[in-house]
This record gives sequence, C-alpha cells and structure tokens, in this order.
Amino acid sequence: MKRFDPDKPWDLTTLPTTAGPDGSVPHAPVVKKADGQDQCFLGAGEVPAAPKLQEAVATIKNWFRANSLNVLAFGTGCGAIELRPLMTSRFDMSRFGITGAPTPRMSNVFIISGYLSTKTLKRVIRSYEQMPNPKWVVALGSCTINGGMYWDSYNTIKVLDLYMPVDVYISGCMPRPEALIAGFQYLMTEIKAGDANGWHHYLENLDWYRENQKQVIKDWDLPDYSW
Amino acid sequence: MELLPRIGWTLLSLFVAVNYGFVINGIIRKVMARIQGRFGPPVWQPYIDMGKLLFQRNSVMHGLMFWLGPVFRSVGGIGLYLLVPVVIGDPRLAGFSANGDMLLALYFMAFGSLGMALGAGEGGHPHSPIGISRGLSQMTAYELPFILAVIAVVTQAGSFDINAIIASQQSGVLGWNLFANPLATVAAFLAMLGMNMYPPFNIVGAPTEIPVGPATEYHNTYLSFMMIGRSAFAIAKMVLYMDLFLGGAHSVLEAVVKVFVIYFWSVFVGAVFPRFRTEQSVRFFLRWPTAFGVAGLALTFWVR
Repeated sequence: MKRFDPDKPWDLTTLPTTAGPDGSVPHAPVVKKADGQDQCFLGAGEVPAAPKLQEAVATIKNWFRANSLNVLAFGTGCGAIELRPLMTSRFDMSRFGITGAPTPRMSNVFIISGYLSTKTLKRVIRSYEQMPNPKWVVALGSCTINGGMYWDSYNTIKVLDLYMPVDVYISGCMPRPEALIAGFQYLMTEIKAGDANGWHHYLENLDWYRENQKQVIKDWDLPDYSW
Repeated sequence: MELLPRIGWTLLSLFVAVNYGFVINGIIRKVMARIQGRFGPPVWQPYIDMGKLLFQRNSVMHGLMFWLGPVFRSVGGIGLYLLVPVVIGDPRLAGFSANGDMLLALYFMAFGSLGMALGAGEGGHPHSPIGISRGLSQMTAYELPFILAVIAVVTQAGSFDINAIIASQQSGVLGWNLFANPLATVAAFLAMLGMNMYPPFNIVGAPTEIPVGPATEYHNTYLSFMMIGRSAFAIAKMVLYMDLFLGGAHSVLEAVVKVFVIYFWSVFVGAVFPRFRTEQSVRFFLRWPTAFGVAGLALTFWVR
C-alpha cells in the first residue's frame, strides 16, 4: 500500500480510506459480538465465559452504554459551535441520555468537531487515550473526512481515520444539529449491535496509528500510551 | 429490638433511601430541564448512568487514598443515615439513633467532605486542590449558621438526642421548630443551600470553570460509588432537617413528602441563580444566615 504523504494531500491515490494497516477495511468489526468486547482485557489466568453467556452480558452492557453517552467537552474546530444549540432547549440532546463530560476520565464519546490542526492532534491523542474503554469517536464535518476547505493546508489533518479510529462520520460543512442527532442515533444503534469497536481496533493496531501520528507530529514527546 | 433484625431493617431502609435519592435525582434533572425549556432525560436516567459506570473499565489508580476517597464520602452519608430516625416510634426505621446523638451526626456530616479532600488530593490534577480549597472554605462558612441553629434547637429541647428533639415538637403543627423557632430555621435552611451545592453555591464542582473540582480524576466505578454515597447523604441530610425543624414524620409517606419538599427548596433556588465566587459565598454565609442564627439563639435563651 502506498503511504499517505502529508506533503502531498492532493494525491488521492494514497488515501487509505478503505484499506487498513493490513489491507483490511478499518472499521469492519474486529471482535465478534459474541466475544463481549472485553475479552482482550482478560488476565493471564482468567478463562473467558461461555459464548452464550458472553453474548447475553454484552447485550445488557451495550444497552446501558448506548443510553448513557458522555461527550468530552473538547471543541477542536469551528464545529464546536454546533454543540451549543444541541445542549440547549432547541435541540435538547439530554433526551437521549447524552450529556457533556468535563474531563476525559468521565467521558466516552469524543467529537472531533471540524478541522484538526497538527498541534491540536497531539492533545486530542492524549485526551483520547485517557478516556476509559470502551470509547467512541464521532467525526464532524467534511474536514475530518478529506480535509474539506483545508484540503491544501500545511498544518491540518486531512484524513482523521489515519490517526484515530472513527466510529461515525457526519458529513457537511457545517452539519446542522439535526445531522449530529442523527449521527448520535446511528452511533447508539451501532453500540447496541456491538459493532462500534473503533477503540478495540486502536488498541490492536496501536503501532500503525503511532507511526502515522509521528509522521505529522514532528515534536513527539508523548509517552508510549497516555494512561 | 434485637441487634440482627435491627441491622437487617436498617440495611433495607438504607437501600430504599439510596433508591429514593436516585429517583429524586432523576426528577431534579427533569424539572431543571423543564425550567430551561427542554424535555430532559428520562426520570430513570440516573439508573442507566449507574449501570454504564459499572460496565466501564477503570483505567488508572493513583494510590490508596485515591481509592479511599469515595469510600470515605459514602461512609459520611451512610453513617449519617444510620443516626437519624425516619419515622417516629418505629424501631425498624430508627436505625441506630438511640446509640448516637446530634454531635456524632454533625461529625459525620463533615467527615465525607474531609475524606474526599484527602482522596482527591492524591489524584494530582490541579483542579482537585482548587475545588477542595473552595469546598472546605465554603464548608467552614455554612457550618457556622447551621451549628448556631442546631445549638438553638438543642437548647430548646434540652437534649442532644435526636429522638428527644423530635419528641419536644409533638404539640401539633405549631410545635414544629419551623414555627417554634423560626429564626433558627431560616438560618439552617439558608445553610442547607451551601450543603446541597446547587447554584449559587456550586463553587466546588463549578462546571465550565474548574470542570468538576475534586472529582476530576475519578471515573467509572469510583463515580458509581460516589453516586451511591451522595444519594444516601442527600436523603440523610433531608431526614435530619425534617427531624430537627419539621417535627419528624408519623408515617413513611409523610417522610417521603417532607424530604421531597425540603430538597426542592434548594433545587428551586438553584434553578434561578447564577454562581457566586468563593469569597462572595463565604461572605454571604457569614452575614445574613449567621445573623439569623445568632438571633435565633438569643430568642431561645430569652424565651427560656
């Protein structure tokens, strides 16, 4: 696979929007639903439960997770302005159990709202890794998909999928709050079905993501993993 | 009553109290949403949040004190609940109120905050000590009018025993300390605004300012434990207020209604006010509530 060259963002043939590190589709569910999503955390001596039991437990867990989403208060770009009407009386997102969370430790949804500069990417990676698992990323606006109007900018990220696993893309410039609500509802159905496994993909392919991150962040001084 | 059945009844009553705290929390979120012109989350949202927090994985542990912080917080709430009698003359719902008096209850009220301060300090995030210093300075301020009101009530009843304080108010509705000593009641209810940490006195959590204060590094199971402790503490405090100023309760239904009314006093104040700064909050408590407390105490001694 041709490496994505950040100095030549216009070369669309290098954009691995469909192929992952090993040629696989990035967000094909890596872990089957029956695995209960948590099996990668098994200790040395622990034995995984029976598949039927795992599936039942996973269904219950996923229902709770989907109905109580906490969004990290981190506005990366202009899209953050769309989150205000979403919280207040016109498009009340607390109807769906979605609330804001002030710190990465308490949140499980990260909205990358619009363009993401390389300087912010470093902080985003740090915050993302500090969020407890499972966690999900919602990419908002066309800047996160293909660069959008910043397609030839020297210091913004063009394809977010290279640096972080994205669970839901919401296209538009800017997407209106209705689109965001639709995106959230899609995310909730994905979580309930056990298919929103971006966080798992990130842990499994951490080296690949690190390599891409270090390609654009020249002054890399983050730890191996920001616990 | 024998010790074992008493422990059983107390645990059952504590379980109901914690659940009532969850339901009240859900109703508060709904009411706040309606005041702000929103639909708001479902009433059972606190239960969903609780389930979700239990099903997330803890990612960091900063040390033993960090782990003990939520435990101390819960001990403060549960300990206070064990000491307050809920229904008059019902030993099943009296907890261990015969074994501890008002002084021990006051100690438990301060214990949770102090323990949380120790635990959150070990988290190491700069927002934690900022929230702790704000919270402890506000606590020292609102404790003054509250203690003055408690001394007035205790003097009136002639005993530190909470059961004796309730018994002294049983001459009809006008016997309640709400009417027998209105100045002390005003002082205590103003102090309650600070205890419950709704606006304008939510300077500890202070959303969007120091994001969540002491709880910055806490997540998942720590938070779920803190939710349980907070529910028990809130209900225990309201039951204590009911016992001290509203003449206790003769049935469970009466207790439920009175606790609800007392709790929503601070919620409705919180719905219409913006946040104070720390020094404004401290000055507020040291001015009018303290004046009411001193006047209530003077009235008590004058009447005696």
